[in-house]
Amino acid sequence: MSIDIQTLIPLFVAIPLGMSLLIQLVARSRHMLSEVLTIITMLVLMLMSCYAIGDNGIYHLGGWPTPVGIDMRLDALATLLLLAVNIVGVAVSLYSVDYMRRFTARSHFYSLFLLMVTGMNGVILAGDLFNLYVFLEVAAIASYSLVAFGCAHEELEASFKYIVLGTLSSALILTGVALVYGITGTLNMAHIAARITETGMNTPLLLAFGLFICGFAFKSALVPFHAWLPDAHPAAPAPVSAMLSGVLIKAIGIYVLARLAFNVFGISDNELSMLRWLGLLSMVVGGFLAVGQKDIKRLFAYSSISQVGFMVLGLGLGTPLGLVGGLYHLVNHALFKPLLFLNAGAVEYATGTRNLKKLGGLNRKLPVTAATSMVGSMSIAGIPPFNGFWSKLIIVLACIESGYYGFALAAVLVSIVTLAYQLKVQRMAFFASLPEALKDVRREPPMMALAMILLAIGCITLSFAVLTGLRDPWLIGAAQQTLTAGVFGG
Amino acid sequence: MSTTHSLRDKGTGMSVIVKTVTRWLKGPILLFGIYLVLYGHITPGGGFGGGIVIASAFILITLAMGQVSGLQIFSKAVASRLDSVGLLIFLALAWLGTWWAGGYFFENFISTPEAAQFTLISGGTMPMSNLALGLKVASALFLLFTVLTAFQIAEQKLGDPADPEKHHQEDPS
Amino acid sequence: MIYSLCLLLILIGLYGVVVSRQTLKIVISLLIMNHGVHLLLLLIGYREGGNPPIVDPGSLISEFANGAVDPLPQALVLTSIVIGLGVLALMVALCVRLYERYGTFDITEIRRLRG
Repeated sequence: MSIDIQTLIPLFVAIPLGMSLLIQLVARSRHMLSEVLTIITMLVLMLMSCYAIGDNGIYHLGGWPTPVGIDMRLDALATLLLLAVNIVGVAVSLYSVDYMRRFTARSHFYSLFLLMVTGMNGVILAGDLFNLYVFLEVAAIASYSLVAFGCAHEELEASFKYIVLGTLSSALILTGVALVYGITGTLNMAHIAARITETGMNTPLLLAFGLFICGFAFKSALVPFHAWLPDAHPAAPAPVSAMLSGVLIKAIGIYVLARLAFNVFGISDNELSMLRWLGLLSMVVGGFLAVGQKDIKRLFAYSSISQVGFMVLGLGLGTPLGLVGGLYHLVNHALFKPLLFLNAGAVEYATGTRNLKKLGGLNRKLPVTAATSMVGSMSIAGIPPFNGFWSKLIIVLACIESGYYGFALAAVLVSIVTLAYQLKVQRMAFFASLPEALKDVRREPPMMALAMILLAIGCITLSFAVLTGLRDPWLIGAAQQTLTAGVFGG
Repeated sequence: MSTTHSLRDKGTGMSVIVKTVTRWLKGPILLFGIYLVLYGHITPGGGFGGGIVIASAFILITLAMGQVSGLQIFSKAVASRLDSVGLLIFLALAWLGTWWAGGYFFENFISTPEAAQFTLISGGTMPMSNLALGLKVASALFLLFTVLTAFQIAEQKLGDPADPEKHHQEDPS
Repeated sequence: MIYSLCLLLILIGLYGVVVSRQTLKIVISLLIMNHGVHLLLLLIGYREGGNPPIVDPGSLISEFANGAVDPLPQALVLTSIVIGLGVLALMVALCVRLYERYGTFDITEIRRLRG
């Protein structure tokens, strides 16, 4: 039975939205029903994303033709990100079944979670600027609420900081959209690309692009716009941290930056150098600030900032190999960072603390957590043959190929720093001697273990993606080609 | 600031003059809101604006008559359900465009004959979408107001709220 | 000229966010910033001596296209106002909860997270 991919495109957004409302309506107090509905929805979305591999399509909402109507575009880059979002979503929703037992009002959590997935899917599939902005806001508002979900002191404070900075960046993005509309007269991305190739990049368009970079750099937590992330990601409940750090900062940050830079604005190397320097700054600052942290999740949050720097460095190189490196690292990070955050959450669930100085010897007490944490740490540190090694290798090779030896050296140094703090976490949390207070820690619940094993399997699978060639990994080569194809034709 | 003081202490509302005028005005305001929603495809207005005016009618009743009377007319549970139902109807109407009429999502699959343009029954699925949106926006705004002002009353009753309870959130669309 | 006044409004909002010591004042300054951006978006669609974009029975479409103000920014601003309303509701709820937990609206005292 073959379903036309065209009819599936709006369902990526409509299904989680409808389920979110249905949960509010039907499963208000019946928590198990809301859990089951969420898991089924995420599985359906994952199957739809797998079905969409290799297909392209433009869907005209309402049947209105392109210059008049709203489009939704599906191409290889969008498919890659849809897979990342939905697979991580399945794992996180399985994990939250056990983790969220300690919170009241659980059905609200699942409702907001599905709303966040709606927003992310909408951003990935958006074909015009204002639709992008609306879905961006939907995902962002859901994430502000989810960060504050437990209503403890730190969560509220972190969420307030996050919401103020998030609203600021959304205002900047809207100003950029307003300027682009004023200059080109249209909001459809393909049309804007056509107009810009006619008129060339004049100063107002550069201003608009600058506003977009500032706005989306806030969303993807590039230094110096990163101030909200080290507070928001640790304070949130573990499944929320995993989603935020793993997919949200990429789907609404880096993906949109890449789309705008390569497919809509068609920028040259001058503007790309901005991205390279931002990437370098993020890598270095995130890496060095991560080493001194005592809180596991705060360490992982700074590590996210550092890895995002790698991605933006890869994207900022502009060459096909650089883009492959950046996108491969994006997908890898979307798999191993949620794994690490789920591990930290399992440690917190079992022991009640996140302070590295009070942990130790959990190797025998939490076996699944320890094993998957080893896989995740080796991936992120870039140890062969795990996936992190391949993506960092490609980025370094791309830097050398383009002649930026300084950036390549910095990337290698920051990789070593990454190895350092990951080893620190492994040693202090899992391999040291078991302190007295943690003698009766029980094993992690089965659903949490299942979710972590799924993500670990994903990491290992992705390390085989280079088997199709270093310049053209499995799905990522196709995604890179949509970016290097230049501006959208017509 | 005597009005907020009385709301917090007794929950009985404002003075007699305000209550009388509200009793006269609540009908016309509600009617105006419904007019904005119904004629949204011909005149400016539509789901958002009309929904906000309808919500303001209920908020006026709550402010003037006291929170107890306001909640008797439009309780929190009803508002919450209408909220979700409104947007579900909107999504269902959009999806009918693909499933029933074989066209696109959000397509306007009811065509309007030339003679019926600019009248009330025209514009295809637009009036129905406006109604669903008006329902949603009205109940969402009323729920927002009720929950945010109910914090004060809850604080008076419980003293120090110890239970970590989630604060309410409205869908932004 | 008038666009620079919109920019002034945005900058006033930004100044308010940076300088304010109370959470509610930060919320109001963010609102002012949003108003400035909406005004900018609306004014981009303006046409000198234009008519409101409403089609009456009997008027021609060509007259409408030549004489009316651009209706698309108006729709965009309407959507954006509703989004702003949602964010405002969330921010106010957060401020109320912060007051319950910390006992103050002053952001210099709400500082448990550092490092």
